[in-house]
Amino acid sequence: MHIPNRRFDTLIIGAGGGGLRAALQLSSADAHVAVVSKVFPTRSHTVAAQGGVNAALANVRPDNWHWHMFDTVKGSDYLGDQDAIEYMCRAAPQAVYELEHFGVPFSRLDDGRIYQRQFGGQSMNFGGEQAARTCAAADRTGHAILHSLYQQNIRAKTHFFDEFFAIDLIRDAEGCLLGALVMEIASGELLLIQAKTTLLATGGAGQLFRTNTNALINTGDGMAMALRAGIPLQDMEFFQFHPTGIAGKGMLITEGARGEGGYLVNAEGARFMERYAAHAKDLASRDVVSRAIATEIREGRGCGEHRDHVLLKLDHLGTETVHKRLPAVCDMVGTFLGTDPAETPIPVAPTAHYTMGGIPTNRFAQVIIPEQQGPEEPVPGLYAAGECACVSVHGANRLGGNSLLDILVFGRAAANHIVDFLKENRYHRPLPDDAVEQGMARLARWEQKGEGESVDTLRTELALVMEENCGVFRTEEVLSAGLDKVTALAGRLADVRLRDHSAVFNTARIEALELENLMDVALATVASALQRQESRGAHSRIDYPERDDVHWLKHSLYDRTTRTVDYKPVRTKPITVNSFPPKERVY
Amino acid sequence: MKFSIYRYNPEQDTAPWMQDLVLDDSRIRPDMMLLDALLLLKAQDETLSFRRSCGEGVCGSDGMNINGRNGLACITPLASLGTPVTVRPLPGMPVIRDLIVDFEPFYRQYRAVSPYLINNDPVPEVERRQSPQQREQLDGLYECILCACCSTACPSFWWNPDKFLGPAALLQSARFMADSRDQATDERLAELEGPFRLFRCHTIMNCVEVCPKGLNPTRAIGRIKELMVKRSI
Ligand SMILES: Cc1cc2nc3c(=O)[nH]c(=O)nc-3n(C[C@H](O)[C@H](O)[C@H](O)COP(=O)(O)OP(=O)(O)OC[C@H]3O[C@@H](n4cnc5c(N)ncnc54)[C@H](O)[C@@H]3O)c2cc1C
Ligand code: SF4
Ligand code: SF4
Ligand code: FES
Repeated sequence: MHIPNRRFDTLIIGAGGGGLRAALQLSSADAHVAVVSKVFPTRSHTVAAQGGVNAALANVRPDNWHWHMFDTVKGSDYLGDQDAIEYMCRAAPQAVYELEHFGVPFSRLDDGRIYQRQFGGQSMNFGGEQAARTCAAADRTGHAILHSLYQQNIRAKTHFFDEFFAIDLIRDAEGCLLGALVMEIASGELLLIQAKTTLLATGGAGQLFRTNTNALINTGDGMAMALRAGIPLQDMEFFQFHPTGIAGKGMLITEGARGEGGYLVNAEGARFMERYAAHAKDLASRDVVSRAIATEIREGRGCGEHRDHVLLKLDHLGTETVHKRLPAVCDMVGTFLGTDPAETPIPVAPTAHYTMGGIPTNRFAQVIIPEQQGPEEPVPGLYAAGECACVSVHGANRLGGNSLLDILVFGRAAANHIVDFLKENRYHRPLPDDAVEQGMARLARWEQKGEGESVDTLRTELALVMEENCGVFRTEEVLSAGLDKVTALAGRLADVRLRDHSAVFNTARIEALELENLMDVALATVASALQRQESRGAHSRIDYPERDDVHWLKHSLYDRTTRTVDYKPVRTKPITVNSFPPKERVY
Repeated sequence: MKFSIYRYNPEQDTAPWMQDLVLDDSRIRPDMMLLDALLLLKAQDETLSFRRSCGEGVCGSDGMNINGRNGLACITPLASLGTPVTVRPLPGMPVIRDLIVDFEPFYRQYRAVSPYLINNDPVPEVERRQSPQQREQLDGLYECILCACCSTACPSFWWNPDKFLGPAALLQSARFMADSRDQATDERLAELEGPFRLFRCHTIMNCVEVCPKGLNPTRAIGRIKELMVKRSI
């Protein structure tokens, strides 16, 4: 079979904020860039981000990047790499000003500067009073950013392959990345995109869990592609559960709702966060608030008929503030619950939200893997940025508002490094004969006809297992059962059959490929969670309730072929400032 | 619950047809959206094809014609719909398969209005200032999710898809004209001159009625027309 071939300097897989920020930088530097996305760019999940993006602009309260850095290191439960965190927090104001110049319609203060709101885990003076660091465009910040970035890419004439699905990466015998095999969804036709550099910006894997805040397209494709290309995944046990998803449904209510003065109450009407975080209360870090809610529910103080949620109160703030500051939340609650948050509290529960782990990179967004020579060797030509990557700035727990920042800062860092790489590597390397073999085998497997289980059945079971066996609270027993169940599901995957074998816009085939990806990422997640015998950030083990810096201040690396977990040290040394040594984490 | 769904697979069908489907009432919850129902129907028959992503009305993937009216399946409550629920692709655009249309004509119009901020001053080190009042001018304009519900409900768009820009693109144009930071209003207006691009809008208001984000393209078009008049005198 002949597969047409296109050549670019850079292939970017993913057109969310991370991919588009990188594309813009590269197009402006006159690199020949192709952006591949399985959905039209503005339908990428970044569009759903609500609350805002962190940067120490000090527009509302005193602030500086070093305080931001401290909060991020503490928020990460000291698992974040401090060089990357320093880099990100220093770069943050510039990243936000750039967005403003690109046209993002930020909300404004009376003096015309960018509006900033309070978010969880933010402090002044290294743990002092609450800071206001989150730059917002009402509660539609992701939409505003994604659309503006796409618009500037139109202006820069970036080359888009919209609704193309990336199947597998192409890596040669020396380990260099040469591009990817992709499929045009509308026609079902294949295309080989050859590139001197490839950037993965494919976003998170929230569809691992039944109730989640994520879009249906968030299936961890880039992470699974990396795994299949022989690259381990880092820190996959750390999955963030957002404290306030609409109970039973999953739609996110931004932390900005608490930032604007909202708070949580239990069935007794008590403001329970006071008991868990005396100082920060409802604006403690997300892992802390999610655990508090889960504890209230476990101890029988949940609300509603099934006592399975708590209430988020905004009604004391006044209709004007609620409608003006949180218009999208009001819309969403109106649509899905038929109520007005300015009058009726919102039922909320911890909901799967964000993949802290991912493809290991350094702060230049180069993908790094363990090699004989040492723990971290870049894979030539391969980059990753955004939620699919683990750089790691979020460590064991991401702070709200730091992910949009992550995608901007490291999307741009990737592009800058790529420009340098392209100067030294002017030519495409030859394609090996078996370049597309792996990808073609994946596709051929789904052409098998006959009886078999459906994709939907396995996907549903997988999401349920993950929710029950890899949720907010974990134990050895529950996790090993989970690993057995996921392993069994992965075994059954071989007997799943497609009923639809058509070529034109075959969404069933796409979902099958996505299920394979989810399965690999699920295995990585449960296996890493089972191994880690401590509680840190979002990974909370009832059987090991304490953080254990002696044995576990290290990153995990899951390998697909051996299905084992290895470890590498945390980079505790920042670039210029002193290290923040691990301390007890109190909010 | 009964559904009547537009089906067309170019590899098999010579013409589109309507398929009657039933979803067992036991599977229907009172608070379900149409998208939830479509996903259940797809689980029964995986050949049923439609786009979807966010499930909460922000990505603009699942615009379709629902009981004769354009809307997003993910925020259309099933309970609000009479049965059989008749679902067709967005009207006036080429159908690729089932409920999936080719958006290219719509995107082309979007790109045609230079939908990006143009400001040729030296880039400042910090943000450009914009007062809350200036920023307020963008409300009702910037929130568009490019779902195409409006343009594909607009008779002028059906009749002149290659000449009239349609409500969504014009709304974008108005968004940048209204932005105190943008410096290209004149060029934008010049681009819209002529009998078709802008002036084919006959204020029929279909667009306003269907926009799932509650935006008002007709008002935006009206503002552009006002600016056009001002510019000509
Ligand atoms: C509801 C919600 C609210 C949030 N609010 C905030 C907030 O207020 N502040 C904050 O900082 N963070 C927030 N986050 C987190 C943040 O939005 C995301 O982490 C971030 O937007 C991810 O961006 P990304 O560029 O990495 O990926 P995405 O935006 O998810 O984009 C992924 C891209 O990859 C493409 N892709 C994936 N797989 C393939 C494939 N196989 N082939 C081709 N293309 C592929 C997709 O089409 C898409 O274009 C929120 C998240 C959610 C879910
Ligand atoms: S008001 Fe104008 S743009 Fe809107 S539907 Fe009518 S003719 Fe079309
Ligand atoms: S104006 Fe409304 S209906 Fe039209 S594309 Fe935008 S969001 Fe959709
Ligand atoms: S699925 Fe995103 S708008 Fe409906």
